[in-house]
Amino acid sequence: MTVLELKGISKHFGAIQALNDVSLTIEPGAVVGLMGDNGAGKSTLVKIIAGNFPPSHGTIRVQDREVHFHKPVEARESGIEVVYQDLALCNNLTAAANVFLGRELRRGVWPLRILDYATMYKRAAELFKELKSETRPRDLVKQMSGGQRQAVAIARTRLSDSKIVLMDEPTAAISVRQVAEVLNLIRRLRDQGIAVILISHRMPDVFSVCDRIVVLRRGTKVADKEIAKSSPEEVTALITGALERA
Amino acid sequence: MAVSLDDTINRQTHSTLSWLLSRQTFWVFLAAVLACIALTFMTDTFATKNNLFNVTRNFAFVGIVAIGMTVVIISGGIDLSVGSTLCLSAIVTGLVMSAGYPLGLGIAAALVAAILVGVVNGVLIAYVGMPPFVVTLGMLSVARSMALVLSNNKMVYQFGPDQALLLQLGGGTTFGIANPLIVLAIMALIAGFVFRWTGWGRHIFAIGGNEQAAILTGVPVRRIKVGVYVISALTAGIAGVLMTGWLGSVTTNLGTGMELTVIAATVIGGANLAGGTGTAFGAVVGAALIEVIRNSLILLGISTFWQGAFVGSFIVIAVAFDRIRSFRQSD
Repeated sequence: MTVLELKGISKHFGAIQALNDVSLTIEPGAVVGLMGDNGAGKSTLVKIIAGNFPPSHGTIRVQDREVHFHKPVEARESGIEVVYQDLALCNNLTAAANVFLGRELRRGVWPLRILDYATMYKRAAELFKELKSETRPRDLVKQMSGGQRQAVAIARTRLSDSKIVLMDEPTAAISVRQVAEVLNLIRRLRDQGIAVILISHRMPDVFSVCDRIVVLRRGTKVADKEIAKSSPEEVTALITGALERA
Repeated sequence: MAVSLDDTINRQTHSTLSWLLSRQTFWVFLAAVLACIALTFMTDTFATKNNLFNVTRNFAFVGIVAIGMTVVIISGGIDLSVGSTLCLSAIVTGLVMSAGYPLGLGIAAALVAAILVGVVNGVLIAYVGMPPFVVTLGMLSVARSMALVLSNNKMVYQFGPDQALLLQLGGGTTFGIANPLIVLAIMALIAGFVFRWTGWGRHIFAIGGNEQAAILTGVPVRRIKVGVYVISALTAGIAGVLMTGWLGSVTTNLGTGMELTVIAATVIGGANLAGGTGTAFGAVVGAALIEVIRNSLILLGISTFWQGAFVGSFIVIAVAFDRIRSFRQSD
């Protein structure tokens, strides 16, 4: 069974061909590193999977069912969650409020549907515990470390029964110790059978946590292989074009 | 390991007292209370029933609009058109009632006019994507102009068969408390409830904190923004109707410059113009403090020309105080 299957995905913006015939299959619990230089088509591919815009050609299947996303919410409903590069957190709200942002739990009957603080705090605490992160649901996000902020953003993806989590440069702007924390969070997701697509520029991160690596160059997939059969040198050569294909 | 992680996650980090002490609203409230106590001892006139009645009624109008402004400021916007909207609603009530229609219809027409103003503001800001400052600055001009056009710049002072009811509504009392103050109290309670207990309230804070995050997490940002400006205009409309009843007449310069007093009250009460923070109680306290300052100058025999200096200094002091505290926190 596959969680996500892309077949012949192409995307052009006017005359610019951003993606050209990209196919990709992802199994449950797989951690796939998506690499490529700036402009290689990584973000375009991520945005197509996340439902920001539809592909020009090609089909997307989630759990062997064909899907057509027009809005990010639709992708989320089929079990695709995204951790954005800037994490999309509100500094002025608590960790729990951020986890449940846009999906707040309510209790009572209409018109007196009020926020269910107790359950949201409890559920957020459970999620942080599951991720083994020392994050307190009642703390404001603005007082948190980079690793805790990541935990909040990742906890958000665990609210629903998500199948696949896209992570866009999660380790780009944080300290070395926090990078290790984030990589551990990714392993926790994998242990629960969730597939992760990790978009990153950082070779060491990809090689320490991913099972498979996919390299894009100028909109085309030039490599898709197990990490054990590759090396940082080979990937660098693939990204820059020194090596045509692997 | 599991136990210590549990402990860390569930540890309470703030006591109620430290939470209270970290609130600008609390300190402003304290300042207002201290000012009232000082005035009680320094003058014979402050703590009289009459004076307190006047003070509370006077700040009620600014307070009502400040609640709407707080909603806008929390969402990261600003509404400069509230003074003009107040005037427009007052004129509409006056004209409808002087044409012989009942009070209910007069109020309904005024609120419809206010809602229209809010919808135009909101749609231009949320859907067309124009800056709130520009849109509402334009509306400041347009709404007052509409008031001039509708009334032909004539004072309205006869309100038809329901005149007594209107004067009672705005100028009367219930159980010895000025009616506008009661309206303010009810609206502050509703706003406080909405901010804390509803998803909508949560979302305006989220939009003010990080609008992009709110969009990405599926919060209906545009719809909420329109609602925010409608509420602001609606509070101005309600204040406009009440003011008409209190004054017993409407002229087209009603509420001129009021937007600045309202914004001052909101900011003194702890709302941050950058968005994401603010409380209903703060708006009320801010409005009250401005009125206490004004009243005390009169009672102490100081020229009212000083009023601007005092209110202005207080805005800066209140915000500076907040800055100093956040510096200390980041140390």
